[in-house]
Amino acid sequence: MTKFTPFSSRLVPLPIDNIDTDQIIPARFLKTISKDGLGDQLFYDWRYDAEGRPKPDFILNTPRAKGCRILLAGGNFGCGSSREHAPWALTQFGFRAVISTSFADIFKQNALKNSLLPIVVPKDVHAELFALPEDAEVQVDLASETITLPGGKQTRFPVDSFARQCLLEGVDELGYILLQEAAIAVYESKRTGSINTLRPAAG
Amino acid sequence: MTQPRTIIEKIWDSHVVTEQPGAPALLYIDLHLVHEVTSPQAFEGLRRRGLKVRRPDLTLATTDHSIPTIDWSLPIADPVAAKQVAQLEANCAEFGIVCHGMKSEGQGVIHVMGPESGATQPGMTVVCGDSHTATHGAFGALAFGIGTSEVENVLATQCLLQRKPLTYQVAVDGRLGRGVSAKDIILALIAKIGTGGGTGCVFEYCGSAIRALSMEERMTVCNMSIEAGARAGLVAPDDTTFQFVKGRLYAPQGADWDAAVARWKKLPTDEGATYDRKVSLDVSALEPMITYGTSPGMGMPVTALVPDPAQAKDAQERDSIAKALHYMDLQPGKPLLGHPIQVVFIGSCTNGRLRDLQDAARVLKGRKVKPGVRALIVPGSQEVKRLAEAEGLDKIFLEAGAEWRQSGCSMCIAMNGDMLRPGEYSVSTSNRNFEGRQGPGGRTLLASPLTAAACAVTGVVTDARTLL
Repeated sequence: MTKFTPFSSRLVPLPIDNIDTDQIIPARFLKTISKDGLGDQLFYDWRYDAEGRPKPDFILNTPRAKGCRILLAGGNFGCGSSREHAPWALTQFGFRAVISTSFADIFKQNALKNSLLPIVVPKDVHAELFALPEDAEVQVDLASETITLPGGKQTRFPVDSFARQCLLEGVDELGYILLQEAAIAVYESKRTGSINTLRPAAG
Repeated sequence: MTQPRTIIEKIWDSHVVTEQPGAPALLYIDLHLVHEVTSPQAFEGLRRRGLKVRRPDLTLATTDHSIPTIDWSLPIADPVAAKQVAQLEANCAEFGIVCHGMKSEGQGVIHVMGPESGATQPGMTVVCGDSHTATHGAFGALAFGIGTSEVENVLATQCLLQRKPLTYQVAVDGRLGRGVSAKDIILALIAKIGTGGGTGCVFEYCGSAIRALSMEERMTVCNMSIEAGARAGLVAPDDTTFQFVKGRLYAPQGADWDAAVARWKKLPTDEGATYDRKVSLDVSALEPMITYGTSPGMGMPVTALVPDPAQAKDAQERDSIAKALHYMDLQPGKPLLGHPIQVVFIGSCTNGRLRDLQDAARVLKGRKVKPGVRALIVPGSQEVKRLAEAEGLDKIFLEAGAEWRQSGCSMCIAMNGDMLRPGEYSVSTSNRNFEGRQGPGGRTLLASPLTAAACAVTGVVTDARTLL
């Protein structure tokens, strides 16, 4: 993982509530055994027609979306399936942050593990962001947990302190958990009688 | 005296390995279920780092999402799916994990297979790279879905970093009326609290209506916790639970069984324990439920009128309903009863168990599927299939003109070629009615097996009580 650094970007607005991970990437694209090549399938059924041609009026197909790093979405973003393919597809398209009023739990965890920042803002700021002109840039700074709107207005967003540290340092959780090996072994030794192993019961 | 605790806190506390300052708790996982779709990248990660699976004896795999449900003597026609299934089998062989694969008699949809093999037990922490892992909460386990990075963490360390969830008591009381089932309870709950209502929480389902449910029905309720935003939902174990687990393949035996039951009896929530949130639901007047929209929260009694966006409580809800009705091509203020449907799907980790098939058979026995309607009946596992066939349910379905398939996720997620055509309406016993969930352009109405079977007979949205 690379270190999460401050950036600024225009916004891609998608003013729809409850965008589920089946919309972010439809299940039929989950037969891959790789993490790669998913950016083209992002929002596939909203983005392409039945013949696979881009729908010109869908926001990701417009010149406005080019080079944008921030998706501005409706509430409860990422509900539904636990597929990590959703943040993979979003980051491979180029997004580094999604702004919403709330995120589904599993999506939020998956996003944080892939350097995709889920930014929760209050309703009034959310509305203000949607009202910004097309060319407006928003600055994102994870270290100070703030976004800055054009004109300088700042809003803080909460991020789990541990996840934030991992993102800023560009390290993943597994390295940290592996360092807890001794504690895990002690825990297991205390519970030998109550951990049910998958050895089929004898006759 | 110790502070009274909920079952959720008891399971949580007994699984915390360590809690370092500034970091989430390190939570030990008792059972890790693995399937072909969300695991290949995790196994690849292990290889890249030169790691082993720490506890293959706590890890159980099956193939369910990508596999065909037609003739299993043929090779998998889709080369991409075939590669994914072969990859899971190769990964399990390489890392020493038991796999109830396609050709084995223990194969099944992972949330059907886990419980029926006895792997799922009270008091456990259970995870799987699948959001419907909450199903296992029916046994009084803390069970939740995880992403592929977390699958890799659990494979490597048997642990996850987690923040303690909020507790949410869901009290369900009253006696269910004729033709009303567990599926209707959970659809009513989601309609009441919304698809984000349980975000950050674990549900504990309790109350007289939950106690009266069989294990299969409790699984149906817990299964859809995620559709209300809760990562997990559970039911405290009781004699119904113990009787279900006893004697199954991976269940404790002899003295171990007695010791386990003694432990499990201490799990229920203590008197005086408090929850972060509460909701109650009286189901004595509940009617069969059906969804009209593109979110599981858009549910209503089957006899009700499709809501009018103009009467929504705010602009957001108005836009959501209007967008959903546009996709579903349904008219506000009109009844759903009598609306033509083209497909019926009975199956999935929500409603693919024996009891669900028995419900469907009650309606289909001696009747015919309406000409022009395609009815797919997909057992949740090979075991469910064998039990159903032993009762002659397959004959009832085939004589009615329904298709009797091999076990798998099938048209719930439409990865394997079982899918709707654009514009088709399906009454489905599965868990999600999202746009395109059952195929691009397909329109899904979620309902119980009784309702789905009734719709298959009439070819239109039907109140199953008229056929019972």
